[in-house]
Amino acid sequence: MYSRLYKSLVSIPPLAWVAVFLLLPYALMLAHSFWAVRQGLLVHDWNLSNYRTLLTHPVYLQVFFRTLRIAASVTLFSILLAYPLAYYLSFHAGPRKELLYQLVIVPLWVSYLVRGYAWKTILGTDGVLNGFLHYLHLTSEPAGFLLYSPFAVVLMLTHIYTPFVFLPIYAALEHIPRPLLEASHDLGAGPRSTFWRVILPLSLPGLLAGSTFAFLLTLGDFLAPLLVGGPSGLMIANIVQSLFGAAYDWPLGAAISMSILLLILAILFLTERLEKRWSHTGASR
Amino acid sequence: MTSSVPSPVLTNAASLLEVRAISKRFGPAEVLKSLSLDILPGEFLTLLGESGSGKTTLLRLIAGFEQPTSGEIWMRGKRLDTLPPYRRRVNTVFQQYALFPHLNVRDNVSYGLRVTGAPSAEISSRVEDSLRMVKMTDFASARPAQLSGGQQQRVALARALINRPQLLLLDEPLSALDANLRKQMQSELKSLQREVGITFLFVTHDQDEAMALSDRIALLRNGSLEQVAAPREIYSRPATAYAAQFIGQTNLLRGELRSNSFFCGSLRWTVFPSLALPDGPALFSLRPESIRLATEPVPDGAVLFRASILQRIYAGPSELLEISAGSQLLRVRTAPSDPATLAAATEHNFFFLPQDAIPVRES
Repeated sequence: MYSRLYKSLVSIPPLAWVAVFLLLPYALMLAHSFWAVRQGLLVHDWNLSNYRTLLTHPVYLQVFFRTLRIAASVTLFSILLAYPLAYYLSFHAGPRKELLYQLVIVPLWVSYLVRGYAWKTILGTDGVLNGFLHYLHLTSEPAGFLLYSPFAVVLMLTHIYTPFVFLPIYAALEHIPRPLLEASHDLGAGPRSTFWRVILPLSLPGLLAGSTFAFLLTLGDFLAPLLVGGPSGLMIANIVQSLFGAAYDWPLGAAISMSILLLILAILFLTERLEKRWSHTGASR
Repeated sequence: MTSSVPSPVLTNAASLLEVRAISKRFGPAEVLKSLSLDILPGEFLTLLGESGSGKTTLLRLIAGFEQPTSGEIWMRGKRLDTLPPYRRRVNTVFQQYALFPHLNVRDNVSYGLRVTGAPSAEISSRVEDSLRMVKMTDFASARPAQLSGGQQQRVALARALINRPQLLLLDEPLSALDANLRKQMQSELKSLQREVGITFLFVTHDQDEAMALSDRIALLRNGSLEQVAAPREIYSRPATAYAAQFIGQTNLLRGELRSNSFFCGSLRWTVFPSLALPDGPALFSLRPESIRLATEPVPDGAVLFRASILQRIYAGPSELLEISAGSQLLRVRTAPSDPATLAAATEHNFFFLPQDAIPVRES
């Protein structure tokens, strides 16, 4: 129907866009990761020392594992908040469903920075939470551990990413045909048994998609540690940022970036395979 | 033999399930209006009605997916309508089958046994039996999405029967199948019901299907029962004009009854005194096949009349004639005949026997 010329013409702009704005920067980054900086100058001296530093230097590994821990915590807490909420909305909210759904979505329209500063005001030593605790005479002096800690980072990011986890879970629950639940009850399964045998297995693809969102977005986050993390809440993206900035060690920063990129691609590859296995909406597998 | 309301043989002690004055409202809509129905053990009872007649709602009330607004349901002397669906010894075959997409055929069928914690040896032997019964053994490891409609139907049946329910509810289970498969599944369903000896409550809007399968048909209309009777009886002795029209085709003759004589336009005949019908306006149902061409001497007592042919509709083994006898339009089913003899606008003699005209209530 369409000529070959037409087809190749329309495919040029997107391909060019991907090449110029994605592939080229990544290629540059990859190249940088094998170079070095000597006496403040970038030298195109191909070697693996950046990767060696990354794997042997305790600071990088420590921050890297902390980042993984924070990402895992954020994912876990987001699921614990989002799943029951999505379950309630999908199955029991009745006429309030639309309103509650909007209430979950609304925070997404508020700027990330605004929410970050809000947490700062809440958690700070003279913040809202400490004032409240003091007012209740639960604490005699302000609790300092609330702000500038991994805890604060997990709290803030959980707050920010819970809607991202909620949405795919909610969509998966909404797509479960209700006659399946009736069939389960009909065959003698009570509500709890029906949840474990029908609802949870059929919502796994949504759960997985939401978890991937939260985990990967947290993995690359650098604003939350800047705002509420403090030195003990630093994450790997902050290291990258400082290496590309003040420390002026682009090659090491590039090596860390490439490692994270590799990790993210591996996770995406795995979750996609799992999602395919767990989804049953297609005609055949 | 006169009327067709539930026959007095069906006492409460003999029935498996009793629906007692059930009403169901959805907002302002009254879907079921104080409906009562007894289901006998081992029978194949069909709820027949147009969409919106309340047949599926009644089924869902018995299954426990809906709560009645008023009334009670009893099963073998125990109150059923207060129990949740998972405590009722009733199983359902759903309209779109509702097979679990994440489970294979074997796990779908064994679901009812697994949730009740049956021993695994018993589960596997009963699943094998069930799959053999519906001829799906070869597909035990397949997912529902890999099966055809007819195969999914069989799995749904096996799954619903594995818990050996006292009553099986079937919600238009054949409506999603194409015509040929449907006919085949009808006969399989019937023989399966005889084999397992479980009471079937079958919902359909298809009168042919109801006639072919049922021991009894409960005809629903606007949330009330119009007639409950065996297929032959409901066809030959319809209680109401609606029943006569819904099940098969019929001619409704509206006229005046005066001292056992019925007058309807140019037609008149003597009604059996044993019917004990009061004088006044009356309505009779006369099946198209009860009217015949008078080519030879007609039997004694036959109602003979002259009518002209308006139209003829050929239907293979039979032919439908539309004729007019005076002001009365009638439909006649005859064996197909030579096109020349019954040409349109020609006049012929027709007759029917007075006992074939059945008095029906206005509805």
